[in-house]
Amino acid sequence: MISLVARRILQLILLLLGISFIVFMSMYIAPGDPATVIAGPTASASDLEAIRTNLGLDKPVLEQYFNYLGGILHGDFGYSYQTGQTVTDAILTRFPNTLKLAIASMIVATIIGIVAGIISAIKQNSWIDVTSTTIALFGVSIPNFWLGAMLILIFSVNLQWFPVGGLNESIFSISGIKQLILPAITLGTASAALIARMSRSSMLEIIQSDYIRTAKAKGVKQKSLIWVHALRNAMIPVITVIGINFGSLLGGTIITEQVFAINGIGRLMIDAIASRDFPIVQGTVLLVAAIFVTVNLIVDIIYALIDPRISYD
Amino acid sequence: MEGLLQVKNLEVQFKTGKKRLKAVRDISFSVKRGETLCIVGESGSGKSITSLSILGLLPTNGEITKGSIRLSKQELVGLPEKEFQKIRGNEISMIFQEPMTALNPTFTIGFQLREPLMIHRKLSEETANKECISLLKRVGIPDPAKKLKQFPHELSGGMLQRVMIAIALACEPNLLLADEPTTALDVTIQAQILDLIDDLKKQMGMGVVFVTHDMGVVAEIADQVMVIYAGEIAEIGDVDSIFNNPQHPYTKGLLGAVPNVDEKEHELNIIPGSMPNLDDQISGCRFHPRCPYAMDVCRKKSPPAFRVSDGRQSKCWLQEVNVNESATTIT
Repeated sequence: MISLVARRILQLILLLLGISFIVFMSMYIAPGDPATVIAGPTASASDLEAIRTNLGLDKPVLEQYFNYLGGILHGDFGYSYQTGQTVTDAILTRFPNTLKLAIASMIVATIIGIVAGIISAIKQNSWIDVTSTTIALFGVSIPNFWLGAMLILIFSVNLQWFPVGGLNESIFSISGIKQLILPAITLGTASAALIARMSRSSMLEIIQSDYIRTAKAKGVKQKSLIWVHALRNAMIPVITVIGINFGSLLGGTIITEQVFAINGIGRLMIDAIASRDFPIVQGTVLLVAAIFVTVNLIVDIIYALIDPRISYD
Repeated sequence: MEGLLQVKNLEVQFKTGKKRLKAVRDISFSVKRGETLCIVGESGSGKSITSLSILGLLPTNGEITKGSIRLSKQELVGLPEKEFQKIRGNEISMIFQEPMTALNPTFTIGFQLREPLMIHRKLSEETANKECISLLKRVGIPDPAKKLKQFPHELSGGMLQRVMIAIALACEPNLLLADEPTTALDVTIQAQILDLIDDLKKQMGMGVVFVTHDMGVVAEIADQVMVIYAGEIAEIGDVDSIFNNPQHPYTKGLLGAVPNVDEKEHELNIIPGSMPNLDDQISGCRFHPRCPYAMDVCRKKSPPAFRVSDGRQSKCWLQEVNVNESATTIT
């Protein structure tokens, strides 16, 4: 297990190196000049030149890249062109919001998805099953931005149950939880639907297996047959889906944060891309990549915990 | 010896789409304490379905449509699921064909062996563990304390089948159902497992229903033999008379299809054709299309069960020709 973690951390470093290079180069190739954005369209050529020199943009691109890498090794991810804030500060002030949102929607998606999937499987072809699979189909197909807008329209504007946006209050307060509910549903629906479908098919396969029949032949009650004997086996493929989904969820926060005016990493990234704020873009992309890889490492560790046949030594 | 299991006129149907197919047709037999009944037949003859229906473990699209299954005095057909749970693993146990897939891969041997003890005998985990160790010793598993902590993938097929037997015997059942328990094992292990089942049967005085397609296995362990073909009993009787004096052409065919290593010139007699599908409509005797002795009557009328001698029946028109004078027909 320790060797797995060590191996993965090494992989993570190499991966982040690669990602940083690709992001750095794509920003360089992309049209648009940070100096123009900073100085405005009326700035003189010499002003622009001065800004470029100041930011180090006049140096050869590879040199810029290695300077950037050198900075990272010292924990210096650079400064925002726009605000002058350090990238670390800019990310740290916004990251808690994104994390709250991502974790809340993952919890919602996992619980709803697994429970719906399993009930669907044990009541196969019943009206519950049909309803749940139909909703799941819609859930997978509905785009985030539309769902978010509809939820706001119905529950915030018409019914006035929830605020229309923002995520600035403590999650340990009622108003904080109210702020979190709609964005979490918006972001989590697609994942819940995927998890439900996976849980259903996995459970259906497992309850027809020989060892479930053996357990039944021992006199095990229906409930523990499902929730003890079958569940652990059925969860193995579901956990993969959850892990992969966490990645797309992080991507999904970009849209959800826009719709609900949440000041998180997603918005930071979008604004930075729009204003050619390269250091911020690079910092946020690296962060998201690192989280994605870490979540997948956690998934691998969970595998080994629930399935004794898997060992990493 | 008292009757332990009484199966009367059992009929099992399967729903597939809109069709209902009969997998077991009018099967009756009984098993006494300390007796082994072998159910023999080709794949698809309904032998496994018969054994599964005794324990109420038919697949979801299968159901018992007629007949009765009695354990001692208790009727099992139509028994509520909750009542059945008290019987499964307690009064009737079952072991299955594939030990490799019959145990849950994500739980330890100990967990799976403790379960029947904790469910039926209400033992605490600690006492159950002690009991598990003595059970594993009883089925000949070395180092039982260590095995309890291991997972199924860490044991061989033979060891796993011993574990399955230990699980089945945990609550000292009156009746053991064994659905081809040795088919997936190699021959030396097979012999050990058969001996083990036979020994435990004698020690505990339980009845055994043993499903197999292997006549060699039948010769080794059976007291009574029931040969079934396409969901019907072809012939039933004690093992000696079935082997020495088979009456039904299908029984003869099965016996002729056993390889003989002693005679080099021995040629296998195979039964031509194959088992009909469940939805094939066959007039008369269900075996007549494959029967070398088929007569006109076989094509028209389904034969009744003719009594050959005490406890011996054969469902074949040849009986009428052979013993027209002496035997009475029972239907």
